[in-house]
Amino acid sequence: MLQITGLTKRFGGISAISDVTMTFNPGTLTAVIGPNGAGKSTFFNLISGAFRPDAGEVLFKGENITGMNRAAIVRRGIGRAFQVASFFPSMTVAENLMAAIAAHRGQWADLNHRFPRQGVRARALEVAEMLGLQDSAGVLSANLSHGDQKLLDIAVALALEPSMLLLDEPTAGMGPEERWRMIEKVQRLWQVQNLTLAFIEHDMDIVFGIASSIRVLCYGRVLAEGTPAEIRANPAVIEAYLGTPDAEDDL
Amino acid sequence: MGRAHTLRDIAIGCLVVAVLAAIPWMLPGKAFQDFVIRCASMALFATSLNLLVGYTGLSSFGHGLFYGLGTYSFALLMQKTTVSLPLAFLLTLLISAATAVVVGAICIRLRLIYFAFVTLAMQMLAHSVIISWVGLTGGDQGLQGGIPRRVVAGIDLGNQYNLYVFSAAMLVIGLLLMRHIVATTFGTSLRMIRDNETRAAFLGISVWRVKLTVFVLAAVFASAGGMVMSLFVSGAYPELINWPISGDAIFAIVMGGVGSFLGPTVGTMILLLLNDVVTRQTEYYGLALGIIILLFALGLRRGVLDFVTERLGGRPAGGIH
Repeated sequence: MLQITGLTKRFGGISAISDVTMTFNPGTLTAVIGPNGAGKSTFFNLISGAFRPDAGEVLFKGENITGMNRAAIVRRGIGRAFQVASFFPSMTVAENLMAAIAAHRGQWADLNHRFPRQGVRARALEVAEMLGLQDSAGVLSANLSHGDQKLLDIAVALALEPSMLLLDEPTAGMGPEERWRMIEKVQRLWQVQNLTLAFIEHDMDIVFGIASSIRVLCYGRVLAEGTPAEIRANPAVIEAYLGTPDAEDDL
Repeated sequence: MGRAHTLRDIAIGCLVVAVLAAIPWMLPGKAFQDFVIRCASMALFATSLNLLVGYTGLSSFGHGLFYGLGTYSFALLMQKTTVSLPLAFLLTLLISAATAVVVGAICIRLRLIYFAFVTLAMQMLAHSVIISWVGLTGGDQGLQGGIPRRVVAGIDLGNQYNLYVFSAAMLVIGLLLMRHIVATTFGTSLRMIRDNETRAAFLGISVWRVKLTVFVLAAVFASAGGMVMSLFVSGAYPELINWPISGDAIFAIVMGGVGSFLGPTVGTMILLLLNDVVTRQTEYYGLALGIIILLFALGLRRGVLDFVTERLGGRPAGGIH
């Protein structure tokens, strides 16, 4: 699905991402983990076209998308949600989704027809339902709870019918219970929509609970990759990130 | 459903023009007609500025450039050439659009405060040219000599009542068109850019194209307002292109409400009423106006129409926060 080779990004003299090579297979649910400052968000920004890489290559479904702009990459089917929920606060949930769908259908410069055009509202309600937001369709998005705003951010990305979805810390800023509700929705979405999904997450219970494979980044490099069982047993990962079972108990 | 809305808006617009056309039969005297003509001109201007300020989040401080350009190019075309009034009208809209493409291309990529100041500088530049080019524009005396051939479809706009109905119709047509613009998907793109430019770009919207388009559209409507004023004053004056005129439009928007489509129109009525009442009582017009603006900004914290809409449980279309 997504093949990354030798990806490198420097800010000033510092390498945020150096020589990262990894593959995301179709239909996988991959967790990207690593300590703060490991370059996880930068990595997502490079894939989605927010930053241009200094070196390396990104292939999506066999097509070279390296250095393409955000809109071009979105059109090819890579959607993303943000660490800080990103949506249109003066609009209702339904309007947010209708606006995204209309933009995706290339209607954003349409000065002839009233918004929304035919079929847009129905599709928006479908998308809202995928994330359980259908009952809040008429609610002003600025007034949603933090958790629902994160869901709306994902829903806006889904409105573009991506085949791959990048979620930057979907559970950021949530309490333990809210986290699990969120992650169950993400998991169901992944199964039902048949998506390839990659997410950044700090909660190891969640990571080892749902991910089908894990990539560990550290100082901008790939430290390890594999199944949850392999990662849990990997000495380098334990040393750099997970800690020994004893140390964890002390916390 | 969309068509029903459009037809309803058009019906309301026709009704408003009909009612206004009937009023002088009951209320003779020029004062009311003068007031409506000035309101029509200024409300077109203020509403067009709100397309930028309220809907797109582009705070232009130099929008009066296009209002003044409307007055001058229309008056000059009527005086120096032999074109008919409707043709002069269309040519002026084209001149304003072309100017806005150039000015917009320079300003649109600038952020917030820089955008505000460069648009202001553009207007000051235009004002200087008007003042200095005495041979063409009459300099600080203004463009005198009146507007000849004021006939549209056999109706003489030299007649006060005819000009009054014409101005009301211009305002209604302008408002209907702008209402349509903000109700389209393009109008939604404006709000998306105001709310969250990054996300809008991520959704595939070409942000600068949308901004430049709305900048040009707003300039066209502002210059239409300028032409109404040019017919009213029979010429053009440097005050109509000087920077305080942009300030007046911003006051009108702030007092009426950025978040409501008709806010700037209501604000214009308040501004002109204040202007007429206060200048009759005292020469300290600016002081009185300043205090009233402060009451709106610090007391209501929103424009009149936004305040009313919120009280009625509605939701204004958003605004500058």
